[in-house]
Amino acid sequence: MGKAPKKKNLADKVRKAKAATEIKNNPFEVKINRKKFDVLGRKSKHDVGLPGVSRSKAILKRKETLLKEYKQKNKSNKFIDRRLGEYDAKMAPEDKILQRFAIERQRAHGKRDVYNLNEEEELTHYGQSLAEIEKFNDTVGSDDESEEKGLLSAELTASHFGGGGGLLRKKTSGGDQEDEQGGQKIKSRQELIEELIQKSKQEKRERQVQKEEAQELTEKLDQDWKSIQALMVKKTPKAENVDKPEEKAKPEEYDMMVRELGFEMKAQPSEKMKSPEELAKEEKEKLQKLEADRLRRMMGDEGGDGVQSQVHMSADDLNDGFVLDKHDKKTLAYQDGKWNIEEETEDDKEEEGESEKEEGSEAEGENEEDDDDDDEDDVEEEGEEGSGEDEDGHSDLESEQESENEENDEEEEASSSRQQQQTLSREELKARQEAAKAELPYTFAAPESYEDLKDLLHGHTPDNQRLIVARTQKCNHPSLAAGNKLKLQKLVGFLMEYMGELATRSPPELGTIDKLIPELYALCQMFPEAAGKSMQSILGDAAHSMEEAVEVKGHAAFPTLDMLVYLKVTALLFPTSDFRHPVTTPALLFISLTLTKCLVRSLQDLTSGLVLCCLAVEYVSLSKRFLPELINFLSGTLHLAVQDKASAGCMVVPPFRLSGKYSDLLVLSNSESCSSWRKENLPLSATQQLELKSDLNKDHYRLNCLSTCLDLVKRCCLLYKDLTSFTHIFQPIRTLLSKHLSSHMLPSPLQELHSEILEAISSASVTHTRLVFEKKKPIPLKLFTPKIVEVLDYGKKRGSTREEREKERLKHKYKKEFKGALREIRKDSRFLAREKLSEVMNRDAERKRKVKELLGSLATQEGEWKALKRKKRK
Amino acid sequence: MAPAKKRNVSSKANAKTIKIDFEGIVERILKSRKHANDVFDVLEFLQSEKEKDVICAVDACCKLFCTLLKRKDLFIGKLPGEDEAIKGEHSPDEKYKIFMRHRYNNCVEILLEHLHHETHEVKESALCCLMKFAAEQGLHPLEDLDWSEYFSFPRELIQAVVHNILSQSLDNSLLISRFQEFLEMDDVRYYVMSFIRDNVATVMNKSKGAVLPVYQSNVFTLMLNINMPSQESELTNFMVKQETKHEDWKAAKLHDHKRAFEKMWLGFLKYKLPNSMYKKILVVLHDSILPHMSKPTLMIDFLTAAYDVGGAISLLALNGLFVLIHQHNLDYPDFYKKLYNLLEPSVFHVKYKARFFHLANLFLSSSHLPVYLVAAFAKRLARLALTAPPTALLMVLPFIYNLIRRHPSCRVLIHKPSSEDELLEDPYVMEEVDPALCHALESSLWEIKTLQKHYHPDVAKAAMLINTPMTEQEDDISEVLEITSYELMERDLKPTESKSFPLEFETAAHLLEGRGEVLGRHFCLA
Repeated sequence: MGKAPKKKNLADKVRKAKAATEIKNNPFEVKINRKKFDVLGRKSKHDVGLPGVSRSKAILKRKETLLKEYKQKNKSNKFIDRRLGEYDAKMAPEDKILQRFAIERQRAHGKRDVYNLNEEEELTHYGQSLAEIEKFNDTVGSDDESEEKGLLSAELTASHFGGGGGLLRKKTSGGDQEDEQGGQKIKSRQELIEELIQKSKQEKRERQVQKEEAQELTEKLDQDWKSIQALMVKKTPKAENVDKPEEKAKPEEYDMMVRELGFEMKAQPSEKMKSPEELAKEEKEKLQKLEADRLRRMMGDEGGDGVQSQVHMSADDLNDGFVLDKHDKKTLAYQDGKWNIEEETEDDKEEEGESEKEEGSEAEGENEEDDDDDDEDDVEEEGEEGSGEDEDGHSDLESEQESENEENDEEEEASSSRQQQQTLSREELKARQEAAKAELPYTFAAPESYEDLKDLLHGHTPDNQRLIVARTQKCNHPSLAAGNKLKLQKLVGFLMEYMGELATRSPPELGTIDKLIPELYALCQMFPEAAGKSMQSILGDAAHSMEEAVEVKGHAAFPTLDMLVYLKVTALLFPTSDFRHPVTTPALLFISLTLTKCLVRSLQDLTSGLVLCCLAVEYVSLSKRFLPELINFLSGTLHLAVQDKASAGCMVVPPFRLSGKYSDLLVLSNSESCSSWRKENLPLSATQQLELKSDLNKDHYRLNCLSTCLDLVKRCCLLYKDLTSFTHIFQPIRTLLSKHLSSHMLPSPLQELHSEILEAISSASVTHTRLVFEKKKPIPLKLFTPKIVEVLDYGKKRGSTREEREKERLKHKYKKEFKGALREIRKDSRFLAREKLSEVMNRDAERKRKVKELLGSLATQEGEWKALKRKKRK
Repeated sequence: MAPAKKRNVSSKANAKTIKIDFEGIVERILKSRKHANDVFDVLEFLQSEKEKDVICAVDACCKLFCTLLKRKDLFIGKLPGEDEAIKGEHSPDEKYKIFMRHRYNNCVEILLEHLHHETHEVKESALCCLMKFAAEQGLHPLEDLDWSEYFSFPRELIQAVVHNILSQSLDNSLLISRFQEFLEMDDVRYYVMSFIRDNVATVMNKSKGAVLPVYQSNVFTLMLNINMPSQESELTNFMVKQETKHEDWKAAKLHDHKRAFEKMWLGFLKYKLPNSMYKKILVVLHDSILPHMSKPTLMIDFLTAAYDVGGAISLLALNGLFVLIHQHNLDYPDFYKKLYNLLEPSVFHVKYKARFFHLANLFLSSSHLPVYLVAAFAKRLARLALTAPPTALLMVLPFIYNLIRRHPSCRVLIHKPSSEDELLEDPYVMEEVDPALCHALESSLWEIKTLQKHYHPDVAKAAMLINTPMTEQEDDISEVLEITSYELMERDLKPTESKSFPLEFETAAHLLEGRGEVLGRHFCLA
């Protein structure tokens, strides 16, 4: 059976191959797909198609699959081939056989054979019985065996491998022959083998005995050695015997070392200590960078607005927040506004140290080099106060950073007092500590409301107030707890409010404000947003109320001292030179509003105005921006000092008037008072209340105002000398000074200022170039040369990403598959329909044939019957 | 019936029984004539010191006499004297009527006096009462309607009211605003207008043209409260309806109303006015006075006089003048020259800045203006801008730009490339009053160049526009006309997402110390 199909297959193949070539060459079978373009080097699969062949193939395939399924339809019975692995193509034929065999054997172990004990199957390993192999109880170590195995006796080899070389064989054969001849002449091969086996067994036994003996001997030797060993150790502990264990230990140690090194923290490369020059250079670079940033903002470049918030950090800041209680000691703290004095005894020591330091700093009253963490340092050092206090006593608390404007002599003074401090006797220290016993606690809860802050600071000296704020700030450092940030942000607002309140008190507590400035600055550096927003709201409210007053009355009163302080603080906290700044721009607008809308009705008003002018000059001093209201106010102020207003030629801008009740505010009542006048700084509180008893005092005050005003004019001259309309801006001031306020009426220091101003104004250039538009960059002409684009992959869509291309490809593929499937389904149904039709036709034909047959038989029957009838009749 | 005697008795008054049932009294009087003498009680309380009593009495009087008027229980015709009436030959009925008529007259007198009362409530109730009387009197006239030309209207009463309202000593603005409600009635308005004119003429003549601030402000408030109808058909609301010849009634004709209105105002403006009054009048002139005059041109004298006063008054007169020039063909010589001279530094600081620039924008929008004039305006405004606050600058810069856009030949002011390298002094003469001679065209707007360094970013940006050729589109300045400093400030105060707060990097240690400290040089902490 095996051969017949093979033959057939071969014949088929031959015929098919023949047919294939025939078909391919038959022009009626071939369909050539016409190509639009001939592309060199491209191979196309589909240029020639064989539709007939492929159709017949498809039909064949359908017959095998679809037709079978169709015929099986509605048929529930099936013939199942349960032969193991019959249809498993993956299984190797050997496996199939093996498994089938195994199953056969299993079947044999059926019920029938359960009690069949005799039938035992011997397991073999390459022909040898496994049972026999198991009997070899060879306990000898492998070393010994190899030794013995090396000795191959000729006998053994001969017996095992059949004798090896010819010489050996001859010898044995000779021997054999002798044996044969001598003893039992006829020894069959069987006997020979048995003999050989016996011999080898004997040898084995002997070897075993020998080995046991050797073992016994070595054991004995060991025991002997142990008895001697004790003696040997005493004599030479580091002799060769000790060497061995040491050698063993060595690698362990080494390993340990290696591991240790591996796990050990790598030494970090540290920055090298910087020399003072380097530090200075770094500082300079930092300042330069900040300055450049400021200039950029001043020019109004919008791009990349300084988002990087500068976090104020001192040089020694460890950047780890602040941990106050290192020693876990209880500290004095406020509870409901009172401190828990009971614990004072515990804290005595700390407090003494601390307060002593404070005193030291207060005594100096000086800004020392200091940093944020000094407090922290102090607290940490409290334990060993004796050592640290002398140095640290000075560096306490005063300022956040080295203040640049610190004067040299002050520093010297500070250092001398430091030395003094060191020489202070012990008793003095004690006394001071006693005096300062009831000092400030170290921790403060952040105030929740403005009232809390007020309670907290109430009744303390300005320095202590500062200290309280500083400590509050440190105790609530944002890195210590989650809610602290919010608390401190609130504190910023409260602190500003507090400053305003201090300024509105009478008399205003400006000293306290002054002390609080560094704290506010530090807080502001931490929370620019909160500080900016609260300042904005202050400015907004003030401007709003002023605007309302202007709406109703047409003018407004000068802002109170707190607003002046706020404006000054704004200048301290925020850069005034920015082109647009969310805080300083409104602040400048507010200044401008006050300078235009507030009527000057008294010397107090004038003082406020001059303060505002000073602030205005400060605001624009860096950016040199033009502030018309400033010039207007200054010229108006000068106009107040003119004696005979009647003379024409003055141009006065509101809020000042050419004449009126308040237009003689600065006219001296007695020209003699000039001689006794000396320049003094005006007090800021004069903006709120001013009491001048005598006319002489009044005159002096007037001269002070005038001198301030002239100085400001001078500064303005210097600031604005580059403006194109400089002369026109200062024209009114010039006429005032040269014609109406001639210098001989003024005291000598003012005369100087007077002449300087006039000189500055007249020295400015009056000629300018004409205005022209800025030169525009010429727009390039249109070019007509073709634009050449490098094309790397033809026929593929360019300009798409990989994902897009992949998507496109999948889409295309899906479409193709879909179409193919549709086509196949159509073909299937067509095929089925054809099959059904042919079935029906076959059935019909069969029926027809049968009917014909029946009819035929009937006809013959009839014929026969008729013939019979005819015969009968006959 | 012995009125005189009774009066004396009652004047002693049962002052203790303060809580008098006024309604009861009124009812009694009305019920029977026996109780007629109780009217004295009411009148007495009308003169009481206590405001409450007075107000109650006023109400009672109002009710009493209105009913009497309706019943025609008051004597009609020429009233004989009281003593005469008693003696004379009159029926008791007539005597009663005469008596009541006298009491009515007394009551009106007292009420008129009350118009000068200190408290507003009394004034107000008195006024209301009087106006009710007037209404009743109009329906039931107390005069004989003998001759045909006569139209029934309580002239005397209204005249007396107007006369008393226009006090020379008290500011009656509240009362006048109450009175406005009666002025809604067309006939009342008409008569009030003529009474005002008469009153002003008499009073001012008496004072010989001197300024009477209180009186004039009262008159002004009253006149301001007159809302003129704009069409004849609106004249429907009358206090007194004329049964006959309604069409002939002057109070029913719009033309006559306008004439009365015009005469009233002219009569008022004829006299010297305080400065603040001038401004107030000029503010409302163009939209509440001029349209209602039959001949607005009659205002020319007043307006030109105001225009010549100078300062803010001139600015305000501009509006009225504009209406006259624009709608009534007024030819005003040297109008632009005067306008040019109005431009002073104060222009940017006065309240009426927005109105002025709105008008100036209108005047200068004509394309037929000579170039030199426009250039002069532009240059002068630019020069003045050197003293202006930022709110004004944000308005005046687009204003100047618009001028240059409308008159392209003015572009030399900001762009004159031919003589680029030469240096020159500003040839513009600020002091020159004639725009033709001020050499503005030869100059350039260096002032705007200066303003590019202005401290406010928006102003600086606006000034930067002259660096490049301008767009054709004109800026709409109406939005920026009334911008306030606070609005400007709010632009920066508004919380925006991306706003960051750059900080000062220089450490602040003291209030008055630091780099570039100016305040510390002149002031100390104390």
